[in-house]
Amino acid sequence: MKGILKIAYKLLVNDKGKFAALLVGITFAVFLMNMMTSMFAGILNKSSATVINIGARMWVMDPAVKTVASSIPMPDYVLDAVRSIKGVRYAVPLYSGGALVKLADGTYQNVTVLGLDDASLFGRPQLIEGRIEDIYSDNAFIVVKDSEYPKLGSPKIGTQFELNDHRVVITGLARVTTSGLFGVPTLYTTYTRAIQYIPNPRFTLSYILVEPKSRAAVPYIQKQIKALGYEALTNEQFMKKISNFYMYQTGLGTNVFLMTIISFIVGLSISGQTFYTFILENLDRFGAIKAIGARGRELVYMILFQAAFTALIGYGLGIGLSSLIIFLAKLRISSYAAMVTYRNLALAFVMVLVIAGISSYIGVRKVIKIEPFDIFRG
Amino acid sequence: MAAAENKNLAVKASGLVKWFGEGEAKTVAVRGVSFEAYFGEMLYIEGPSGSGKTTLLSMISGILRPNSGSVTVEGKDIWNLTNDQLADFRLNTVGFVFQDYHLFPRLSTRENVAIPLILKKVGWDEAMDRAIEYLEVVGLRERAHLQPVKLSGGEQQRVAIARAIASRPDLLIFDEPTASLDGDTGRRIVDFVKNNILNDKRCIMIVTHDNRIFEFADRIMRMEDGMIKGMEKGGNEK
Repeated sequence: MKGILKIAYKLLVNDKGKFAALLVGITFAVFLMNMMTSMFAGILNKSSATVINIGARMWVMDPAVKTVASSIPMPDYVLDAVRSIKGVRYAVPLYSGGALVKLADGTYQNVTVLGLDDASLFGRPQLIEGRIEDIYSDNAFIVVKDSEYPKLGSPKIGTQFELNDHRVVITGLARVTTSGLFGVPTLYTTYTRAIQYIPNPRFTLSYILVEPKSRAAVPYIQKQIKALGYEALTNEQFMKKISNFYMYQTGLGTNVFLMTIISFIVGLSISGQTFYTFILENLDRFGAIKAIGARGRELVYMILFQAAFTALIGYGLGIGLSSLIIFLAKLRISSYAAMVTYRNLALAFVMVLVIAGISSYIGVRKVIKIEPFDIFRG
Repeated sequence: MAAAENKNLAVKASGLVKWFGEGEAKTVAVRGVSFEAYFGEMLYIEGPSGSGKTTLLSMISGILRPNSGSVTVEGKDIWNLTNDQLADFRLNTVGFVFQDYHLFPRLSTRENVAIPLILKKVGWDEAMDRAIEYLEVVGLRERAHLQPVKLSGGEQQRVAIARAIASRPDLLIFDEPTASLDGDTGRRIVDFVKNNILNDKRCIMIVTHDNRIFEFADRIMRMEDGMIKGMEKGGNEK
C-alpha cells in the first residue's frame, strides 16, 4: 500500500500548477473560516471580560439582563436574602456602570467603573503597581493597564482627573485577563465610592457575587434565587448567556455564520473543481492502471490519500497564515478582538475534511466508473 | 500452423459472444469467436475498424466479460474468477501496451515502469531497481529519470513495453503498437519485440491494421463483422 500511496503523492505534487491551485483553494478557505470564527470568539470573549476578570463562581442578577454591561439594579434586600440561603458561603455586591471622565487636558472619556465589595474587595484585579489597601484612601481608583489605558492619558499613581465632578486619584495600576469589547478603559474602586460618585436610580446593586459552599449547592441556590424573582447563574452560564445574546440577537452570529459558509463554498468550489480536473486529466491513466491489475479500492485509496494530503497541508497553511495575521494585528492593535480557540481549529478541520471528502467523492466516482475496456477502445 | 503445432497452448477462446446495448440499440461486436494461441508465437489480429478485434482482445485479457463463451489462459477459465482474482490475473499474467501508451506524464520513466511491480507489493527501492533493468532491456536506461513527455514517440512506446514486461507476464497484449509511430520506428519496435521480448514461455497478441509489420507475425487472424474470416501464416512463418 505504501508504494501505491507514494505514486499517488508523486502524481499530485509533480503536477505543480494543480497542486498549487488545490492548496490555494483550501488554504484560502481555512484562512477565511479561521479568521471569521476567531474574530467571533474574540468578540464573545471580550463581551464576557468582566465575568472572566471578576472570577466569581455565581452571579445573581435581574432575569432581564442580557450582557454584563447592561445590568439592571436590584434592591439591597436581595443581597441579604441571598446571604441567608443555605449553601451560600458568602455573597458580596458588585457595582458595574459607565461614567464620563474629564482628563487633565480637558477632554472627556467614557470609562467602565467596577465597584468592589468594601469589606472583601472580592474580584479585585492583580496589581502591577501600587498597594491594594490604598483603594480605601480618599478618591482612590485603580486603573486597568490594558489596550484602552492610553485613552486616559496613560495615568500613573497619583494622576488625578474628574469623574462626575468628583476628584479621582489613581492609586494603583492593574492587570486583567481580558479587556472589554467596547474599547473603554476600566476603573476599579469600592462599591460605596462607586455608588457615591456615579448618579444612580433608586437601586444600586448591579450584581451579587456568590461563592457556594460546594458545587452540589449550586442548583439549590439557583432555585431559591429564582423564587425571589431573580436569576443566579454560574460564571459559565453567564458567559453562555452573553454569547447567546451576541450570537442570536445582534445579527453578529448570523453574519459570521454566513461568512464561514461562504468561505467554505469558495474553498469547496476551487478545490473541488481543481481536484475534479486533476482526476479527469489522469482518468485514462487510472484506467490503464486498473487494466494492468490495480483493484478499485487501491485507486480509491490513491484519491483519498491525495485529497487528505492536500487538505492537511492546506489546513496547516490556512491556520498558520490566519494565526500569523492575528498575531501581527494584535502586535499593532492590542485590543484586536480575535482569538484562535481549539473549537475554531476543530471547526475548520471538520470543514476541510468535508471539502476533501466532497472533492474526492467526485473523483472516486469517476475512477470507479472507468472501465479498462474504455482505455482499449480509446 | 507450424509454430503452433510444436508449442504449448497459451490461450483458448471458445464461442465468444459480446454485444453492447439492448433492444434496437443492441450491437453485436463479437459473434461466436473461437481460436487458440500458443506460447512462443506472435499472433496478429487484423481487420477493419469496428470488426470486433479490440473487444475480442479485451475479453482474452480479462477486462471485458463476454456475454457467452469462455476464455482459458494457461488452463484456467478466467471468466470464472472473482473481480479481485481477475485483477490479480491481469497483474500477474497479462502485460498491456496501449495504443496511446497511457504513461503518467508527471512520473519519471522509471516510476512508470515500476507501477506493475508496486501493484505487486514489491518495495519501492527494489521496484525502482528492477524498473531500471527493464528499461535497459528496451535500451532506455539512460532515460530513466526523464518524464515521458521528454521522450520521442518510439521511446514512449518502448517505455510502455518495459512497463508491460515488468510484471513478467506470459501473455502480452499490444493494441495498435505502430499507430502513433512512423513506418521505420514502428517496424523497429516490432522487430525489437520479436527478437527481445518474445520467448518460448510468452505469447504476444497484437491488434493492428498496419500491413508493414505483418512480416513479423507468426499467424494473422483476420476479423470482419465480429467473426474470424481467416487465419493465415504471417511473414515469419512463410
